[in-house]
Amino acid sequence: MLDFLSRMFGREANGSKNIAKERLRLVLVHDRASVSPQLLQTLKVELIQVISHYMDIDEEALEVTLDSNENQVALVASIPVKGMKRTTRSLAGSI
Amino acid sequence: METASKEGELALSEVIVVTSGKGGVGKTTTTANLGVGLASQGHKVALVDADIGLRNLDVVLGLENRIVYDITDVTGGHCRLRQALIKDKRFEGLFLLPAAQTKDKTAVSPEEMKELCGELRQEFEFVIIDCPAGIEQGFRNAIAGADRAVVVTTPEVSAVRDADRIIGLLEAAELRDPKLIVNRLRSRMVRQGDMMSIEDIIDILAIDLLGVVPEDDMVVISTNRGEAVVQDDRSRSGQAYRNIVQRIKGEAVPMMNLDEGGLMYRLRRMIGLK
Repeated sequence: MLDFLSRMFGREANGSKNIAKERLRLVLVHDRASVSPQLLQTLKVELIQVISHYMDIDEEALEVTLDSNENQVALVASIPVKGMKRTTRSLAGSI
Repeated sequence: METASKEGELALSEVIVVTSGKGGVGKTTTTANLGVGLASQGHKVALVDADIGLRNLDVVLGLENRIVYDITDVTGGHCRLRQALIKDKRFEGLFLLPAAQTKDKTAVSPEEMKELCGELRQEFEFVIIDCPAGIEQGFRNAIAGADRAVVVTTPEVSAVRDADRIIGLLEAAELRDPKLIVNRLRSRMVRQGDMMSIEDIIDILAIDLLGVVPEDDMVVISTNRGEAVVQDDRSRSGQAYRNIVQRIKGEAVPMMNLDEGGLMYRLRRMIGLK
């Protein structure tokens, strides 16, 4: 009966478990990302491969970081472009 | 050495390490209950306390007064394995290899642990290792000789976070597909939305569930007596551990109804529906 009443009054929706779950989800994004520093490096290399199909980029100045604020984590990539490629063969091929 | 131990292995022999990351979530209690549960079904089981410096599996099992040698005496060559193994007189086939109390976590190396597990395989169907808390050398030693791993957690943010870390480290150490035990679940709080549910935890950790043990005073009472709750036919935690034992043996046992103990369950039970 008590359970029924508490559910009636929407206690479940405001239950502290949702806070726990959300906090955990966020902290684990950080934990899992920080476990392997190689991961960011691998990501960088693959990003360069993909982007070089379309434009000339300054590989040395490329920066990839995980940026976080209170309620989300973002992958931030700063990629200086030196020039666009005139012929984007892979693009033309796919059309 | 390696090939020699392989030849002598029992066909079903399995080395299982019980881990958690965070301390106090029930690794030792789980190890003891799995051991007693398996042994009471006639299996030959060796329990290894790998928590060197913080020996506890002996008191949980009620065998603290019978220790002569410990794990470091075996790895250091001061005694034979057979001499250090303590036989639990209550269960045919249950043995304990106690941890050292006076040494530290570096007293045993991963290589020594592998060799020890290989030796135990020759005589026992199940070797269950109680891993120390933490992720340092003691953890690495404990998992070195294992075939599979069990991760114990409670439905709290700190324990689940540490479990996630442990799962990552186990997988990095080639111990694939660890199985999860959620301990001390309070179904009333789950119903009220004030405790993470099994689904929530599985969703976050993304591993297979081996079992759920409800919060139960009987665990404390049994441990006080140096007994394992898995032997208590009437307790729900005992039933939960018995189910886990069956799953370890490869049987498909449905998950317990976690609403047991709830008002409706007790009412139904009172009028004899269950």
